[in-house]
Amino acid sequence: MAASKPQVNRRVFLRETALGLTLALTIDPRAFLGEALAADAPFAANLWVTIAPDGVISIVSPPAEMGQGTFTALAAVLADELDADWAKVKIVHPPVWDEKTYGNPQFFNFLHTVASMATRGYFKPMRIAGAQARRVLLDAVAARWNVPVGELSTEPSVVVHQASSRRISYGEIASFAKAPAALPKIEDKDLKPSASFRYIGKDLPRVDLAGKVTGATTFGMDVQVPGMVYASVLHTPYQGGAPVTVDDAAARRVPGITDVVRLPDGVGVVGTSVEATHAARNLLKVTWSDAPAASYDSERALEEFAAIARDKSRAGLPYKPVGDAKAALAGAAKIVRGEYRTRYVCHAAMEPLNATASVSADGKSATIWAGTQSPTNVQSQIARLLQTERSNVTFHQHFLGGGFGRRGSEQDVVYDAVRLSKAVGKPVKVIWSREEDIAFGKFRPMTAHSIEAGLDAGGKLIAWHHRVVAESVFAYRQSSAVNTPPGTTNTVDSVVMFTTPLAHYAIPNKLPEFVVQPHHARLSTLRGVGVGHNAFAIESFIDELAKESGKDPIAFRLDISQGLPRVQTLLRTVAEMSDWTRKRDGTALGVAVQEKEDTLAAGVAEVSVDRASGRIKVHNFWAAIDAGIAVQPRNLAAQTEGGIVWGLGHVLREKITIKDGRVQQTNYTDYQVARMSDVPNIEVKVISTDHPPTGAGEDGVPLVAGAVGNAIATLTGVRLRELPFAPERVRAAFGA
Amino acid sequence: MVAFTVNGQRKEVSVDGNTPLLWVLREHLKLTGTKFGCGIASCGACTVHIDGKATRSCAMPVSLVEGKSITTIEGLSPDGSHPLQKAWIAEQVPQCGYCQSGQIMQAAELLASNKAPTRDQIVTHMDGNVCRCGTYLRIISAIQRAAREG
Repeated sequence: MAASKPQVNRRVFLRETALGLTLALTIDPRAFLGEALAADAPFAANLWVTIAPDGVISIVSPPAEMGQGTFTALAAVLADELDADWAKVKIVHPPVWDEKTYGNPQFFNFLHTVASMATRGYFKPMRIAGAQARRVLLDAVAARWNVPVGELSTEPSVVVHQASSRRISYGEIASFAKAPAALPKIEDKDLKPSASFRYIGKDLPRVDLAGKVTGATTFGMDVQVPGMVYASVLHTPYQGGAPVTVDDAAARRVPGITDVVRLPDGVGVVGTSVEATHAARNLLKVTWSDAPAASYDSERALEEFAAIARDKSRAGLPYKPVGDAKAALAGAAKIVRGEYRTRYVCHAAMEPLNATASVSADGKSATIWAGTQSPTNVQSQIARLLQTERSNVTFHQHFLGGGFGRRGSEQDVVYDAVRLSKAVGKPVKVIWSREEDIAFGKFRPMTAHSIEAGLDAGGKLIAWHHRVVAESVFAYRQSSAVNTPPGTTNTVDSVVMFTTPLAHYAIPNKLPEFVVQPHHARLSTLRGVGVGHNAFAIESFIDELAKESGKDPIAFRLDISQGLPRVQTLLRTVAEMSDWTRKRDGTALGVAVQEKEDTLAAGVAEVSVDRASGRIKVHNFWAAIDAGIAVQPRNLAAQTEGGIVWGLGHVLREKITIKDGRVQQTNYTDYQVARMSDVPNIEVKVISTDHPPTGAGEDGVPLVAGAVGNAIATLTGVRLRELPFAPERVRAAFGA
Repeated sequence: MVAFTVNGQRKEVSVDGNTPLLWVLREHLKLTGTKFGCGIASCGACTVHIDGKATRSCAMPVSLVEGKSITTIEGLSPDGSHPLQKAWIAEQVPQCGYCQSGQIMQAAELLASNKAPTRDQIVTHMDGNVCRCGTYLRIISAIQRAAREG
């Protein structure tokens, strides 16, 4: 086959195999070994589809599949424009982790599934790829039958020439089609009108579920590599610690243990079985170097955060302000203030972190097996670690047993596996214990909020000043890269500050302010990110304003969202779903709205409280979500429902506390997530519009705390200001 | 040496008797459908049947299953045709799917002894199984469907 010139951006190797066919719009992986990627290559939306002679259509779907269903949904988008018979579709991960071809154009072109960006970023490129592949097939038939291509049409996996009553399947076409010299350019006008969608907007069965009900699916932890050994790791309990003394005598006596290896931030135990390495890890006696984080006390820090929130002389960083909130407050007829707090929370995905790595003898190449949100980060970070070319790192992706933001930017378990494999000269499967997964977790920041609002003489909300005190996730990531304590930052951390600009409420003067208080927790993005903790404060406070104004909470929100029809529709929808105006006996309703980057949702919770025990029960939760076109509506509803359950955990019991630098929670026994008995009836209405999809993996989460807190306030007159609404706190709030 | 039956096949493994059954199944016998979630019987991901009884295999020393008959998710049906597996697909239950082997095995024990469980009975029976993706309501629907449809 002819090699393309290095500066050609689209390396399309359209090759014929021994099977005589393969219209293969795929990259020949060999072309990428040893070649640097061109820095300015445009996104090539034409290396996505392979059609076999038996008609099986392999579609490349780039995102990590961690339960959000995007692996299937994006393939459905392409299959729709391709006009493929869905029964013939097989979905594959990218054959090569090439950012130019398969990266998310709305996320730095990275192969990184995060921030609900997959459907949003890939929707158009997948449509173009499908339409282009269809065009190639039509052109091939037109040439073969010597008819104008405009006379051809398609039905699923069939090209039809009405005029001569001829039909030919995609599989048959693939047997003779030759690659065009240049792939057809597809424009918007070449794409299907939405009325013709066959799969977009229609529920398809997810392709990954069959293996998940039979145990056949290979998650990262299930990987088996010939000659592999196992490892367990004990990491420093606090950020910045390194092992000083390691007493491994007892650990080494465990049968099957072969090596004990010091790592920069921990100690790895390697052996011939999982049970041996887990047992041996528990027998290690390690002293750690001192670090500022060693004395961190998060409950004390939270008090400090709350005091800082109140102290307006401590200025913060403005985040997307509108108008002049300070001046408007100074002139307001009435000022209302509210304070709120949230604690750290943890991902605690069902699959504890794990990775398998095999490093070559010379330490300059590696193969890695894991489930990750970011193939880009695995490859580039490990290449940097080994001081080798990226092309020397081979990565095999797997479905994730939950990601939730933990497995994207931080590749810590992969580092462990690579370091240990390099040390022992064998493939190593590292499985963290659940205790390690939590102890070395990276959490959603703990926050304190102070909100001040001004109403004019007519009761109109004219000013809003929201101070958020927290550590910065961005600063933590920068500092942990060089293992120094985090400092303050002048870059406003959008992960922490999402939704504080209140794009969904029409208030003329708004000042969101991020007061960064560096501390010592390990931090990360966690499902819902800042919207989770900020919407609790915002929606609680909006209800407090409504009460001050003597208005119904939904009526008040309709007032302040005039000119924002999507918000109004969502409010009216959940009002109807919940029969908002019907008086309840023994329960009350609370409402919340959430906004995350153009996706909007609203929810209503129906709640009762047992004052003696402090136990909260959520009986019903109604939600409506508008994320633009719902590519797979049932799946979108399932994501929202799952997000509501996730958010419920934060309300009821989930918290991470740190004392003497050490995370105090250890397992599902004391990091108590939502269980089946906690879950209310949940009803989700998906409002699908013509707007391109805006993403929906994290919604539902931020609705719960505000809605539940508001319901409790309505029911009892008591305003709960701190998450979680633990029973002892609820009892104390009632003076019990 | 410990001998037992797994999914109808007799197995003999040469491991320390204290080895959790979970790791014998996963790494010694390469039956990876049974999952590791917490290691302390707190999450249910490791649920198998021992002589028909749902058991957290992470907390079961293999010496205690000498001579017993174990069923894992792989052995629940030869081809995904168990009523619960069919119902799980019909209701599109799994999201990430990691907890679902344990959920299905726990549910299978319920239906084996209670053909028409009430919602409360389902919740009581299933409450030890954690799902971080929050598929609980669909699990309930699927169990009810399997009970109805068989």
